Amino acid sequence: MFDWLEPGFMQNAVVGGLLVSLICGLLSVFIVLRRMAFVGAGISHAAFGGVALGFLLQVDPFWTGLAFAILVAFLIELVQTRGRVDEDTAIGIFFAAAMAVGVLFLHFSRTYNADIFGILFGNILAIGPQQLWQVTGVTAIVLLFLLLFYKELVFLSFDEEMAWVCGVPVQAVRYLFLAVLALVIIVAIYLVGIVLVSALLVIPAAVARNLTRHIHAMLLVSTLMAVAANLAGLALSYQIDLPSGATIVVILAGLFFLASLWGRRYKASRTRS
Amino acid sequence: MATIAVSIQNVSLSYRDEVVLEDISVEITAGSFVGILGPNGAGKSTLLKVILGLIRPNVGEVLIFGQKPKKLRGKGQIIGYLPQRPLTNPHFPISVLDVVLMGRYGLLGIGRRPSQRDREIALRLLAQVGMAAHAHNIIGALSGGEQQRVFIARALSVEPRLLIMDEPTISLDACAQDELYDLIHQLQEQMDLTVIMVSHDIGAISRHVGDIICLNRRIYVHQAPPIGRLGLEKTFGCSVEYLFHGEIPHRVVRIHDV
Repeated sequence: MFDWLEPGFMQNAVVGGLLVSLICGLLSVFIVLRRMAFVGAGISHAAFGGVALGFLLQVDPFWTGLAFAILVAFLIELVQTRGRVDEDTAIGIFFAAAMAVGVLFLHFSRTYNADIFGILFGNILAIGPQQLWQVTGVTAIVLLFLLLFYKELVFLSFDEEMAWVCGVPVQAVRYLFLAVLALVIIVAIYLVGIVLVSALLVIPAAVARNLTRHIHAMLLVSTLMAVAANLAGLALSYQIDLPSGATIVVILAGLFFLASLWGRRYKASRTRS
Repeated sequence: MATIAVSIQNVSLSYRDEVVLEDISVEITAGSFVGILGPNGAGKSTLLKVILGLIRPNVGEVLIFGQKPKKLRGKGQIIGYLPQRPLTNPHFPISVLDVVLMGRYGLLGIGRRPSQRDREIALRLLAQVGMAAHAHNIIGALSGGEQQRVFIARALSVEPRLLIMDEPTISLDACAQDELYDLIHQLQEQMDLTVIMVSHDIGAISRHVGDIICLNRRIYVHQAPPIGRLGLEKTFGCSVEYLFHGEIPHRVVRIHDV
């Protein structure tokens, strides 16, 4: 039953996948509550520019991708807080521009061996020992961030203006959250790719939202869903030879469908009683 | 001499080209209950946000107990605030107790969880506003009036000297409105608060507050009620119905030129 765990690359994928799904499941709750789904999608697409720059400069795309993701995230925030452009417009401009720059970088780098499909849609074979260390480091940073700023994040998600009035350093927490989000996105790209990252950032919490009433339960269920979908996806994709990133996302989407049906029945029975 | 809780000197504010507040100067004495009255779009909520330090005026200065609002906030002396729509996301998954505890978060600082003392303060306030039995309910499951009480408890959980409320009775029926005013009077006495309340309900304001500020971009009147018809009409820019509360309630309407 566990023969899919035998190959070395699968062990890397499972450990890396577990860590990535753990932090995605946790962060996902705040992305859904703060209505940042589009921000997540924007940052992940913007990372393409950075990854391509890595190929051009022949350095690890992790670092260039991360730099791009953080830069674009902060630009979106800056433009938006200045109030000149709406947030969704800013995201629409920056992520398309960053992707376009990425295509140009790839053109100039003349590398034909770059795994573009893997970058866009995920390739678990890309998780080697070095990537595993990166994932582990990012996981540690995310957990530390959540430990230190959990209550501030909850307050910001609930009511930013009120959080400011009550003395919470709102602006600093907003920027930190974006930086952490960029970190998570970069390592999640190994697993599911740029295009599918937003699924990991949104669906786990959307499932949990349908099944829970309090944020503590929501965090728990969201993380469990992400981890379960990830393990099931990796196992299934190995057994019947499917692309693993896409398999994980399809399983998550299926879980969401089931959870919404369940949530509707649950709420209907509550209103009747 | 009485302590000045809020001192506003020559404050003006415009958004793009539109003047929102024009040369506002006013002093509010500590311990008073002040109502700010004015029509829609008069800049009432904006003036509250200027007092809170959320918006910086283009010109002029605001001092709260002799200090700038942001400096006061930095020192952990927080102004109690009840926004106009305190529950922006009605399905947010947290309990009533969590909401009240939130008021303590800024005072606690980063990386620290609410202590037993914070929980005691929150529960005591919930008891004071009559919501202790609902402490573990989800906030969105409460009625509008119950939610309003919870958000008043949150505003007070920062242990403020100044309480600011923006249209606190807007979503409440007549009975709940009266209950809320009684509650605020009671809390004001217990906690030695200065209270500033915005409303566009002329009748309610004149019954419950000690001082009225009539605002429509600039201040037209600042005095104890009752406010005369002329003052009101200048503020609202149109004829105003004024419900007097004598022994027999009656409605006084200005005779219009036909």
